[in-house]
Amino acid sequence: MLDDFLFRAALAGIGLALAAGPLGAFVVWRRMAYFGDATSHAAILGVAFALALSLPIGLGTMLVALSMALTVSALAARGWAVDTTLGVLAHSALAFGLVAISFVPGVRADLSGLLFGDILAVSKSDLAFVWSGAIVIVALLLWRWQALLTATLSEDLAHASGLNPNRERLVLTVALALVVAVALKIVGALLISAMLIIPAAAARSLSRSPESMALLAVVIGAVSVLAGLQLSLHFDTPAGPSIIAIAALIFTLSVLVAPFKSL
Amino acid sequence: MSNLQGRRMSLIAAQNLTVRLGGADILTGVSLAIDPAEIVTIVGPNGSGKSTLLRALLGIQPLASGSITRRAGLRIGYVPQRLHIDRPLPMTARRFLSLPQRCTDAQAAQVLARCGVQGVEHRQLADLSGGQLQRVLLARALLNEPDILILDEPTQGLDQPGEAAFYHLIEEVRRDTGAAVLLVSHDLHVVMAASDRVICLNGHVCCEGAPDVVRDAPEYRALFGFGTQGALALYRHDHDHSHGPDTPHEHGPNCGHDHAKIHAHTAAKQHDHA
Repeated sequence: MLDDFLFRAALAGIGLALAAGPLGAFVVWRRMAYFGDATSHAAILGVAFALALSLPIGLGTMLVALSMALTVSALAARGWAVDTTLGVLAHSALAFGLVAISFVPGVRADLSGLLFGDILAVSKSDLAFVWSGAIVIVALLLWRWQALLTATLSEDLAHASGLNPNRERLVLTVALALVVAVALKIVGALLISAMLIIPAAAARSLSRSPESMALLAVVIGAVSVLAGLQLSLHFDTPAGPSIIAIAALIFTLSVLVAPFKSL
Repeated sequence: MSNLQGRRMSLIAAQNLTVRLGGADILTGVSLAIDPAEIVTIVGPNGSGKSTLLRALLGIQPLASGSITRRAGLRIGYVPQRLHIDRPLPMTARRFLSLPQRCTDAQAAQVLARCGVQGVEHRQLADLSGGQLQRVLLARALLNEPDILILDEPTQGLDQPGEAAFYHLIEEVRRDTGAAVLLVSHDLHVVMAASDRVICLNGHVCCEGAPDVVRDAPEYRALFGFGTQGALALYRHDHDHSHGPDTPHEHGPNCGHDHAKIHAHTAAKQHDHA
């Protein structure tokens, strides 16, 4: 079955949904949406960096995304105007990435793959990378779950309980960089943060507890992947954007149904 | 002032604390000690460093100098000034009680009943009233059987009866569990009667002692300028009092304060009750 490109695509997408669900929930809870943008836009710069140094693409992407995430974190902690700083960083990362990648021969043609993903071209080794990344992210979040939730609710309460909110923030920062590397091939640099935020936001209005929201975000992400692939197959639409479009439709439905007040 | 013997067996003690924020000294040379089972109230106008002092005692706020000693294995229950619950985070009261240490359903039900909010387990925190939320915060703080409860203006946003009921609850908790209580308030009228000791703070410790001693201390009256009877009247509250620049009051020996600060205090206070 792994020889079927559609099966590989579905499996890769579900792997991403597994990691993006709970991580996306934290991005929504902590209002880090723009933070996700800055980090994922840095992915293209990471690709250029990896190609120039002949590093594995996943590694280069992760390193650059991680340094971007740490930079943003540090600037925010120093009290820089977060909104402006993130706006500047997110777009300059994208611009510098696109400029840098134009120097790498042969990649120009594949620019749309970097921006919007190329899930239908996922290879077996890509699949292994996606799933091992996803498992690391989920394990990290499960390990720190109680502490992460406490620190998200109130840093002072976390402190008083003997936790270190800065360490929990670092856990999320690392997980975010990792998910960017995992998601690049699947939905592309421009839509990574959409894959984080939209399923989690759709899950919000249907959830009563943090755990149910995180799980539901995984389910909604996985459904979006499967339905988006079908859409792409039948109407020959680009796969990555189709996945996000389905997720957005589910979000709209969830808000209309909305048993619980949410946003 | 507490004697040396009391200080030796105290739960938590601060020696000569100085805290600097953005170049300004928020606290200078503050020393205090909390003994087992006593209720200590820190009063002071807005900007006097009350919350900063609590945060320093909790280990959240770095010190410029001085030191804090805690009894080994001290368990602290902390009730923050208010908990801002972001709508995007769904959180029931029951789930909240299990953060970060998980508790059983029976423990949760018991502690909620203890705090007078039985049955709120499945309500969202964001849907609770201000008074209910404070009680749930207190319930969470009580779960790990604290040696000391630290409360930062715990009744902000509560109406007068709600406030009085909350302080009665704190007294009951102290009676039943023997936990010490350290609380901060700018609202003296209700708090003082329940306290064993009051510390009047304005960047430094202005004066300290039993409620009626502090009430009569010139340093205290310089800061607050209320009539003498107000401080101990449990249900009484002067909403419309004014203490403008013309109000006669004397300054204590070490108690520098500017009138603008007291105006700011008055304005903020009236705003809180609006």
